[in-house]
Amino acid sequence: MKIYGGGKIFVGLIIFIGLATSPFLFNIGKSSIVRDTKAAEIMQSMGLQCVEKKAFMLPNHMRLLDKWRDSVVRKGNRLYKASDGKEYEMSLQNTCLNCHSEKNETCNACHSNMARKHTCNGCHNYMAVNPYCWDCHIKPKETKS
Amino acid sequence: MSMNRRDFLKIAGISTIAGIGGTAIVGGLQKGVIEAAQTAPDTDTLTGKKWGMAIDMDKIKSEETLKRVTEACHRIHNVPDFSNTKDEVKWIWTETFEHSFPGQEHQFMPDAIKHKPFLLLCNHCDKPACVRVCPTKATFKRKDDGIVMQDMHRCIGCRFCMAACPFGARSFNYRDPRTGLKPEEINLDYPTRTKGVVEKCTFCRERLAKGLQPACVEASNGALVFGDLNDPTSEIRRILASKYTIRRKPELGTEPNIYYIIGGSDYAVVPEIK
Amino acid sequence: MLEKALSGSKKYWTWIFILLVLIGIGTVNYLRQFQTGLAITGLSRDVSWGLYIGQFTFLVGIAASGVMLVLPYYLHNFKQFANITILGEFLAVSAVTMCMLFIFVDMGQPMRILNVLLYPTPNSILFWDSIVLSGYLALNITIGWVVLGSDKKGIAPPKWIKPLIYISIAWAPLIHIVTAFIYAGIPGRHFWLTAIMAARFLASAFSGGPALLIILALIIRKFTKFDPGKEAIQTLGKIVTYFMLTNVFFFALEFFTAFYSNIPGHMHPFVYLFAGLDGHAKLVPLMWTSVILAVVSLLLLIFPATRRNEATLAIAAAMVFISLWIDKGFGLIIGGFVPNMFEKVTEYWPTLPEVLITIGVWATGFLVLTILYKIAISVREETAGIEIEH
Repeated sequence: MKIYGGGKIFVGLIIFIGLATSPFLFNIGKSSIVRDTKAAEIMQSMGLQCVEKKAFMLPNHMRLLDKWRDSVVRKGNRLYKASDGKEYEMSLQNTCLNCHSEKNETCNACHSNMARKHTCNGCHNYMAVNPYCWDCHIKPKETKS
Repeated sequence: MSMNRRDFLKIAGISTIAGIGGTAIVGGLQKGVIEAAQTAPDTDTLTGKKWGMAIDMDKIKSEETLKRVTEACHRIHNVPDFSNTKDEVKWIWTETFEHSFPGQEHQFMPDAIKHKPFLLLCNHCDKPACVRVCPTKATFKRKDDGIVMQDMHRCIGCRFCMAACPFGARSFNYRDPRTGLKPEEINLDYPTRTKGVVEKCTFCRERLAKGLQPACVEASNGALVFGDLNDPTSEIRRILASKYTIRRKPELGTEPNIYYIIGGSDYAVVPEIK
Repeated sequence: MLEKALSGSKKYWTWIFILLVLIGIGTVNYLRQFQTGLAITGLSRDVSWGLYIGQFTFLVGIAASGVMLVLPYYLHNFKQFANITILGEFLAVSAVTMCMLFIFVDMGQPMRILNVLLYPTPNSILFWDSIVLSGYLALNITIGWVVLGSDKKGIAPPKWIKPLIYISIAWAPLIHIVTAFIYAGIPGRHFWLTAIMAARFLASAFSGGPALLIILALIIRKFTKFDPGKEAIQTLGKIVTYFMLTNVFFFALEFFTAFYSNIPGHMHPFVYLFAGLDGHAKLVPLMWTSVILAVVSLLLLIFPATRRNEATLAIAAAMVFISLWIDKGFGLIIGGFVPNMFEKVTEYWPTLPEVLITIGVWATGFLVLTILYKIAISVREETAGIEIEH
């Protein structure tokens, strides 16, 4: 190897890669998202159902919202036909937040704190993502966790 | 292995670009998943091919009417009030005749007209200069109903549209609009804006979608008439066919769609079209 | 070649340090603007573009003027420019960098800047401007760097660079024409709606840029062992003279059309700028300074005795530069917005943070310029006296 000062460079690189990936390395196997299909069934029977299935919404809700906003603002189409045929008004403030709120009484009736876990922040804080939706859309009143 | 630092850096650089590019492409492909989903307009939507408005200045008799009309709009759209003209945001406002129609005033005009406050708002032009200049299509003309819309999600805040609009209809959020809103007065059903984007009147497209008239029209006691200019039987077309109306700066060719009736006190008696 | 920028005299490092301090102050103020919004500037609903966009417009001209060195040398084989075309190209690089930074600091949502590429909009002049500017930046970095690299090795530059040079010659006026179209195609802004806007832009660019190059060349001669050449500087002086005359002539044309036609909308911006309107006259002293500097500089330039004397030529060049900076970097933009669309006057004056951010951007440009010139001059000092065929 003819790289001048190669040894130092590679040691430095290895340390850098180690540091850069440390958040992932430390958290391997610690994911707390449990795919509980039974809970989903129970919720559905109570009418607590999102516009699409949870398996789709978890990884894709941001893309869906992106499509919604383009549809509403740019095409003037405000109704969403879900894959099960139901229709929803495409509105973050007036549709999503109806359920995804700390004050969801159906959830709170049985579980203390359950609704709070399922608000936007409940997950976004955990994932350390900070979308700027609430710069414009009125944020549901949530207690900081 | 013989490699000097220069080659090593080259290979490392290319691999990084390939890595980032690859992720971007894979990420892009995933977007296709929801393309199949279906959307449709609201069932209650008022439909029109080319929305326009006629404003009968004779029917606006008092400052209170003007205040009611402008406040109706600004309240439901969470338009902030900073009490200074520098950072001012407004969707509908008043300006005297000589400033609304510069060059049209003359010295012998009755003061009652010359200094009369006229209601001004976005003209939703047929050939809007703001749309022509926008570098991101953040402002665009809707094909179905001709509303000149502003996509707050896309606007980069370059303010080219503000330079281009000959009607001064556009406002820029020089500061966070929420600092100009009283918390108890915020309309929870409508978003605010964020700092750094341009905004303006949208002809209340969110109300039209629910079958309602624009807020200013509703609050005007009949002084403002909103309707489809493409429909010859619409009330607005009958008014335009029977009364002398003027538009702001028609010579610029933007084809504004807001018409002003001056001295048309009895337009209510308009011929029916059979 | 970058290593050449890392060794220098005490004066060199002091200059770099001063620039870094100014950049630091600018950055701190920009962060404040990023946090609170453009409310910290003097901009308003009525005057929505100001100092930043003015600087952008002015600097596009400086960038385009690099062609005034490249064209005579490559198309007319004008030998006296052989050693200094690189100064023109690197000045263009620095100026375009500043242009882009000024657009960036003027944006309300700078994080969304890529929307211009994500949603390409051919009907917007700003879209084309972003394309021609980045293209021009790439061309000048490539050409300057490759030619200088070959010079350092004492070999002729590679053949493939020639077509790029010819493209860059055609490209240079293009960046300024497109920038002029931003203004010249807007209905309702009488001050800007003029067919000779692009011609005026080119005339002011080709006088202001070479004027700056004269000053830079004289500074280089004073502080380094590299001499850009007396004849080269004299030729630049003639270029400045003719284009400044053209520029003043074009401005007089605007004046005639506005006042002889007697159309109020066309006259009002001129009245506001040079006499004040409705009791508002903030820009009047500045605009008259520009006029006086233009007239005096032209006298110094037209008379051969003062043009040939490098001391008076330097003064004239500085006057041309300042005059054009006021006219194009400030008056042109504000005149488009005053009076506003309601024939009312809202005045504009930049705030302190706005000025500090502007200085910060200029300092960044000068840092780029200093580093590139340091490299170029170090190479030239080494190869002095060696004739290389390009």
